[in-house]
Amino acid sequence: MNIYAQRVPALSIVACCAAASACSSPKSTSGSISPKLMADALHAVMESDRTVYTKFVVNRLTKEEKVIEATEHWKDESTLPLPAQMFRMGAEMASAKQLGFTYSLLSKWPINKQNTPRTEVEKVGLDFVAEHKGENYYAEEVLGDAKYFTAVYADTAVAEACISCHNDHPDSPREDFVLNEVMGGVVIRIAR
Amino acid sequence: MLSWKWILWAIGSLLSFIGLGLLMTSPNHISLFANSRTLLLPGRTTDGHYQIELSCESCHSAPFTDVNALQDACIRCHGEELSRVEDSHPRAKFTDPRNADRVAKLDARWCITCHREHQPEVTSAMGLSLPTDYCFACHENVGSDRPTHKDLGFETCSINGCHNFHDNQALYEDFLTQHRDDQATDVNAKLPERNLREWALTNTSVREIAKPIHLGSNDHNAPATTKNIGLVVQDWSESSHAASGINCLDCHRSEDGTWQNNLDHQACKRCHPSEIEGFMTSRHGMRISVGLSPMQPSLARLPMRTQSSHKTLTCESCHASHKYNTSHAAVEACIGCHKDRHSLEYKNSPHYALWQKSVAGQGSPGSGVSCASCHFPRIANYTDRNRVTVVHNQNDYLRPNEKMIRPVCLSCHGLGFTLDALADSSLVQSNFQSTPKPTVDSINFATVLRWSLEGRRPPWEKNSDKPQPKQ
Repeated sequence: MNIYAQRVPALSIVACCAAASACSSPKSTSGSISPKLMADALHAVMESDRTVYTKFVVNRLTKEEKVIEATEHWKDESTLPLPAQMFRMGAEMASAKQLGFTYSLLSKWPINKQNTPRTEVEKVGLDFVAEHKGENYYAEEVLGDAKYFTAVYADTAVAEACISCHNDHPDSPREDFVLNEVMGGVVIRIAR
Repeated sequence: MLSWKWILWAIGSLLSFIGLGLLMTSPNHISLFANSRTLLLPGRTTDGHYQIELSCESCHSAPFTDVNALQDACIRCHGEELSRVEDSHPRAKFTDPRNADRVAKLDARWCITCHREHQPEVTSAMGLSLPTDYCFACHENVGSDRPTHKDLGFETCSINGCHNFHDNQALYEDFLTQHRDDQATDVNAKLPERNLREWALTNTSVREIAKPIHLGSNDHNAPATTKNIGLVVQDWSESSHAASGINCLDCHRSEDGTWQNNLDHQACKRCHPSEIEGFMTSRHGMRISVGLSPMQPSLARLPMRTQSSHKTLTCESCHASHKYNTSHAAVEACIGCHKDRHSLEYKNSPHYALWQKSVAGQGSPGSGVSCASCHFPRIANYTDRNRVTVVHNQNDYLRPNEKMIRPVCLSCHGLGFTLDALADSSLVQSNFQSTPKPTVDSINFATVLRWSLEGRRPPWEKNSDKPQPKQ
């Protein structure tokens, strides 16, 4: 459930201290890394890698140089995986390592309905990051029998390839996405 | 002084320990007790596992195994295939905390939630030990997203040729719509040609063995002392081995370089690694891979010919030495053992007529359809896409039979025809001696869905104005 939603960076130091004192993050060795800091760090890597792939691989090769396409059925069609698929494949590989965290890419307007927000924190978090540009959403929630620190980060359309794919896909509920618009969110969960 | 009761107790205990020890002994260590472990089986094993049921440790890798160890055992044998077919329901989907409520209803994190072993009273096709409406646990609202599915029973999702829990490579919506207008049969279709020889001549691991020269009977390098070698040399000289410069010693050389008379699959593996790897995980070789004696037709649950009961299944069983005639391996070797109705009807089928023409030289290469064409298909190698190899693990494309659609059936037939044919069990039994009736709705469903999604038009009908599903 939603415990606290914070504006970054205003309350981040407080949150870091509070979370650090309570944190027993699964793979933290010193005990000094708060779940929030860990989530932010994970997101920085995810966002950077995905932006690099989207801009310098997919967008460059499909839109600028037009040498190959990026399609949903990339294996069958010998094309590039879509950035969202690359992200999801990475999430599954990371999850298999059972390091105490998971992440996913969700949207209020997903192409695959399974990626619609399901938990209360996901729903509130996606609304929050869409309405508060540049801010993240943090909360704690209990899912099943386990407690999680959950962070939600805005997922923004960084390249033409993002919006053209979503606007043209027959399963997409929207066809009016524009560049730099928040299309959804990255949700990172850290087991407590 | 010890009473006679204590002496009897001691003797009884000793005999119990000895008996238990013999039961627990690996079945191949003491042949007298080879089947003693059957006493430990808690129930009839599934058709997929019965061959290796006496190798308890293959699944129960440690005493009192926990679910993690059992999962590891499942993945050891089935993980590669699940990964290769892009499992539609990977474990990561269920270990994601956001699906905890779904896992509470159906704990699909573990293979054994759906595939419990030794429980025949609840086990159906594919080793499924759940009621067939398991899709409902997560997809109860499918009718709102897919109006075509609104009135369908959840027990029908996977049994009508529409969905497969793991492998949907030939069943996903875009694939269905792309193949909407396939013709039933392409009479000019050809199956892929193997290119093992070309691969062997360029692959570093085997090119020292395979050479671009055709050896004759006088070129053989078997020791002069080898007895009764005349017929063997003649068979070899007519084989693809001789045609690829492969001489006797290339196979019959032991590790210390001396002549070795008796060979096993290890000798073949040097040049045929993917074939051996497939064989070892197949219905034919899985017993060898877990340290049991080779499979024999007498051990099979499928109907087999009595006169073949004694045979043991190794490479040689189908690829009789030293001719290594692949045409023999593709048909006669199969029906020499199998006598289920599908096998018996093969020689009455249109597929066999094509095979006969091809073997007689009246059909072009690749136009014949043998048993192996469907059950040991020629595909681009899993790890080397430039090499066309014969899949030697028939499980890869056996059941559920939708697994055959892409690598096998679509080589010659359209998707709609294929879905209908594979869904008709009586047609399968008769070895496809007639034309299937249209029964599978999945292509129509996918077409209607695509056409109706927010008024968009499907990519293959840019100028269409309204949905016109295939009749």
